[in-house]
Amino acid sequence: MNRLTQIWVYIEESPLLWLALTLCVYWLAQQLYRRTGAFALLNPVLVSVTVLVAILAATGTPYDDYFDGAQFIHFLLGPATVALAVPLAAQATELRRHWLSIALALGAGSLTAVISAMAIGWAMGLDGQTLLSMLSKSVTTPIAMGVSEQIGGLPSLTAVLVIVTGIIGALIGIPLLRLIRVREPAAKGLAMGVAAHGIGTARAFEHGERAGAYAGLGMGLNGALTALLVPLLVWVFGF
Amino acid sequence: MIGSMAALLLFQLAGEIIVRLTGAPLPGPVLGMILLFVALLGRGSTPRVFGATSRGLLDYLALLFVPAGVGIITHLSRVADEWLAIAITLVASTALAILVTGFTLQALTHRRGR
Repeated sequence: MNRLTQIWVYIEESPLLWLALTLCVYWLAQQLYRRTGAFALLNPVLVSVTVLVAILAATGTPYDDYFDGAQFIHFLLGPATVALAVPLAAQATELRRHWLSIALALGAGSLTAVISAMAIGWAMGLDGQTLLSMLSKSVTTPIAMGVSEQIGGLPSLTAVLVIVTGIIGALIGIPLLRLIRVREPAAKGLAMGVAAHGIGTARAFEHGERAGAYAGLGMGLNGALTALLVPLLVWVFGF
Repeated sequence: MIGSMAALLLFQLAGEIIVRLTGAPLPGPVLGMILLFVALLGRGSTPRVFGATSRGLLDYLALLFVPAGVGIITHLSRVADEWLAIAITLVASTALAILVTGFTLQALTHRRGR
């Protein structure tokens, strides 16, 4: 009995438990996703987050304790963001040839993402701080959290809204684009990357290297553009 | 593979340092990505092992979002109050951004291609 308590105290204090559990849950979620023929609602991130939140709630574990273990996974977001340069560089010739079209599509998409969130959120009567936390929803987590903090939002709420946006984009993106007959891998990819950052990019890679590369490009460029646009638009519209 | 991982971390570190020195409104990893992109263009090709390591990391990109996503547990009451308005805004705004971006790029590249 005493021995068991000792073991539990060790497990509870070491980051090993939550790190291992996060990987196990994600692995199972991925198996489920594959065995159901990539059924969109069973998105592995959505399933993993739901299961882990349920486990934390059931065991009364604070998020900080969970994050002590899971931070080792979270940390890899940095080098993974840097690694996006590799598929990007593979499309260098493509980029040089179409830079103007890409810049225009990116600008249009980026403005749409921020201004539509402002307008619709305001019309829906969202709380001011919720709205501010939402404006950078389309860009990758580290950028979005930085922007949110800068304009007076709640960075940790932003992190979640960013994930949810990514999942929404991954779910509805390809069917929506099919609906308006956008079939070019480049256009599909850029749209997924601009609107739904890394989760959209992961989804775009399922449609080939070219779509994935354009998604990575859209994600990277929109991250930079949004970091500049959002504070400016917040100032212009006086939020 | 170790060398490739070290290179990725060094580019990230360079990005973080430059951002802190200049106060540029950009996260360090994004600047690191831009620096690596420029370096790869300058070199003309991506070393094979480095490409494989990077792609290996990108294969698990979705997993890396899970820890931050679980953070929703700290905002459950706010989300419970406003979930419908939040959901409608996110879905509508994301749909618009996808449609506008995809449509614009395809329309522009098609016109040029013909």
